[in-house]
Amino acid sequence: MLIVVGTIPDPAVPVLDALAEVAGDGLTVGGRALAPDRGTPALLAAAAVTCDFLGANPPHALLAGDEGLGNGSRELYRRLVEVLPARRCAVLAFHYLQPDVDWHNRVLMAAQSMAGPPALVADAGFMYAAKMSGYAGEYALFTPDAGELAFLADEAAPHPFYTRGFILQDEDRVPELINRAYDHDNAARCLLVKGRVDRVADRTGVLAEVTKPSVEAMEAMGGTGDTVTGMACALMAAGLSAPKAAHVAAQANRYAGEAARPTPASQIGELIPHIPQALSRAMGEIL
Amino acid sequence: MALANLFKRKASGPPASGRADRGLLVFEHTSEVIRAERLLKESGREIRVMGPPPEIQRGCDLVVEFPLMEKLDILRILDEAGTAPLESVPVTGPLLSPVDLFQVKDFGDHLMVRAANMKLTVDKKTRTIVNVSGGGCPDVPYIAARLIGRTLDEAPAPREIGHTLCGYALELAHAEMVRLCSS
Repeated sequence: MLIVVGTIPDPAVPVLDALAEVAGDGLTVGGRALAPDRGTPALLAAAAVTCDFLGANPPHALLAGDEGLGNGSRELYRRLVEVLPARRCAVLAFHYLQPDVDWHNRVLMAAQSMAGPPALVADAGFMYAAKMSGYAGEYALFTPDAGELAFLADEAAPHPFYTRGFILQDEDRVPELINRAYDHDNAARCLLVKGRVDRVADRTGVLAEVTKPSVEAMEAMGGTGDTVTGMACALMAAGLSAPKAAHVAAQANRYAGEAARPTPASQIGELIPHIPQALSRAMGEIL
Repeated sequence: MALANLFKRKASGPPASGRADRGLLVFEHTSEVIRAERLLKESGREIRVMGPPPEIQRGCDLVVEFPLMEKLDILRILDEAGTAPLESVPVTGPLLSPVDLFQVKDFGDHLMVRAANMKLTVDKKTRTIVNVSGGGCPDVPYIAARLIGRTLDEAPAPREIGHTLCGYALELAHAEMVRLCSS
């Protein structure tokens, strides 16, 4: 089973602790409709579609409303510390959350005390906190884009906003930056670096690359990284290793993007219905 | 076992500072530090007044430590009260500069500007914001929902509705886009 933790941009929404399900174009969490247009709802929608395709139980969501002031994130952090030790899951994924090192460390300790314990995945704000905490190596998978990889590779940077210019995101330097992130222990055990070339890597170097099909418009679309992470988490929960899951998810995301025929103005919701067929094709080729 | 490892690593000291997510506000005069402290504490912020590191000493013997991720919101509070700091810097790297390089991509009908981890895309003919991508702080989806579908003239600037460092990066991308679309 997969648990996804994140926020939604509505401060009026209380902590939600329920299954996430996709029906038609909509996503519901505990009966509440959420637009899967970007951020954690996009990740959840992709994960739910993948779970359904695999015949697995839908993902469980732990969400809170937060428009950026951090109040919802802190409320969710408090809930996680309280409830996680008694929960069980194969994969626990953290997403759009206000980065806070102190809360990160408390939540990580709660997660490590779960039965299993689960494989941990971090993306977006929680990945920033995981890197800053110095405990990146406790995670099974990070899914940065090139700019976020530059942040992981810069041992001094507290946020991608302060990544030093001399290692500013340059896709040609991705393998070098991957090595640098591992040299400073600022990477998860597996990295999926999203970009013009998607690269799956671990401490030994790049394990796999995905380059085709190249759907240029996806670079501008918000949420394409969220759908990759959602698929990878669901595949890991179904038993795939992090590198295999990341490889399949990266390939499937490109197939889904190709099928959706997007423009730079397309929204991520247009890609999600194509995920099952894209997964079928990618799994047939890679596994 | 994993929990034991976590405690073990904590005992020997984590590789990164526990204050890695903090920033410092630098002011010209101590009186401004005291005023900023009062304003920010009244707004419920977790801040503290302390001495500056040698790299940023400017003759003032006090700085305000604040949650770095909330930089945009905190600067807005101080600016509205007429107590803007001289600068704000990360605790762990007070000499680090914010990203000031932009990557611009022309898709033909659309133009994309990237600043740090944030991307903004506009329809060149209508000047309508069609996509916001990247980032990891919770105000990114919030800002995106308010920008997408509006023109550069109609949409609020990210600095007006954002709260975090990601919001700040998006503000830079937005300002650069406005500049490019005006020239």
